Amino acid sequence: MATFATNEFRSGLKVMLDGDPCNILENEFVKPGKGQAFNRVRLRNLKTGRVWERTFKSGESLPGADVMEVDMEYLYSDGEFYHFMKTDGSFEQVAASAEAVGEAKQWLKEQEIYMVTLWNDAPLLVAAPNFIELEVVQTDPGLKGDTAQGGTKPATLSTGAVVKVPLFVNQGDILRVDTRTSEYQSRAKG
Amino acid sequence: MADWRPGTDVATLKRRAELLASVRTFFSGRNVLEVDTPILGATAGSDPAIDCLRTDAGLVLQSSPEFFMKRLLAAGSGPIYQIARAFRAEEAGRLHNPEFLLLEWYRPGFDDFALMAEMDALLAPLLDGFPARRMRFRDLLADRLGVDPLAEPSAALLLALGRHFQQSGREADVLALTGGERTALLDLAYAEALEGLAGASFIHDFPPEQAALARLRSDAQGATVAARFELVVDGIELANGYHELLDAAEQRRRFEVDLEHRKASGRWLPALDERLLAALEQGLPDCAGVALGLDRVLMLMTGANDLDAVLPFGRHRL
Repeated sequence: MATFATNEFRSGLKVMLDGDPCNILENEFVKPGKGQAFNRVRLRNLKTGRVWERTFKSGESLPGADVMEVDMEYLYSDGEFYHFMKTDGSFEQVAASAEAVGEAKQWLKEQEIYMVTLWNDAPLLVAAPNFIELEVVQTDPGLKGDTAQGGTKPATLSTGAVVKVPLFVNQGDILRVDTRTSEYQSRAKG
Repeated sequence: MADWRPGTDVATLKRRAELLASVRTFFSGRNVLEVDTPILGATAGSDPAIDCLRTDAGLVLQSSPEFFMKRLLAAGSGPIYQIARAFRAEEAGRLHNPEFLLLEWYRPGFDDFALMAEMDALLAPLLDGFPARRMRFRDLLADRLGVDPLAEPSAALLLALGRHFQQSGREADVLALTGGERTALLDLAYAEALEGLAGASFIHDFPPEQAALARLRSDAQGATVAARFELVVDGIELANGYHELLDAAEQRRRFEVDLEHRKASGRWLPALDERLLAALEQGLPDCAGVALGLDRVLMLMTGANDLDAVLPFGRHRL
């Protein structure tokens, strides 16, 4: 893998730091007075999700990280691993740990497409699409007369996620949900 | 299609032209002579942290017009200013472009404080916060990092930086960046102290290690300091000035120390500028001089966040 010097650091570049793959968020060139130059760099550790702030001497370099973001279709879970398949026609599959799936677990639906971050070809992170359509498997019946007048109730979706929905939503409805905020958007079908 | 557009809009181009016009009006009203000196020189300054761009013909693009302007001063020019293109390799970022515009001027009979007052007068109509506050380098570090670099040893500076970096979990960076070496510690401490320093400040009385081309003197506590100042606005360095060193022998000695540093860090070694040293031997008038980054001034005038928005064609648009 190539190495990258501080002057090549830019947002989105994937590098190895302290043994972990990181995504560079920001790189600021700093040259105090007549002194030596520094680069103040903010990076997201792709393994832990934590944001690091580090200072490098200008001209220092870091090895690149073999990190790719690939669209993959979710197939099934065997209880321990979550299996995804590439959508490029190769039918190549990977098994992601619960740790890699993380927050996306409550949005996993078969045949849906997810963005899987691969590090050295192994799944590191799974990201749900921003919007997903899911069926309501349980919710209390809405009260008569309560229509568009605000008011919400909890509904359990087919993936196990619980979201707040308007009172008119019924069991069996297909809902469009924003996975970033867990917010109800609309009814997808009657 | 290739992106051919300039980084500036027409309104910013006009502000740029107004800035240059206001500089010329200011100095003509004060009988300071406009000069223009070569941007291609035979050699370059020895500053340990500046890398110059060199041409195939063996000439060097000047990182500042300082040496030519000092030769004019030694030849009896009187007060002079120049709006000069300056070039520095390896400097690229939000606040750095390899080619930039410097306003540099020299005032015989002024010391660094008189020159700061003149800068207040130049900049007050252009930027908020002028007249700027005055703050000694040692007070800046005492205030921001809790260490007085002129009264305490390097070890105290190292510990203070360690404490400061610990807040963001970066304490391991301090030794890696500086090796515990005093000049590097001072550089890093200064950079950190300026982070988030709001408003306009003249930082003056630098440690003697950072004198560059300034003369030395004693401060009120009897510590040796350099008669050097920087103008910093909202954490951004705009200008660097000196009550100029006049002693040719001391200047030669500093150049030689600089070259040792350059050699140690594997940098290109420029030939000593013997013509400058000869001019200093002949005698530079007692004077103060300063270089002000006009692109950064324009950035602050227009509220831009990146030099690319105020340069017609920044480094990504060449």
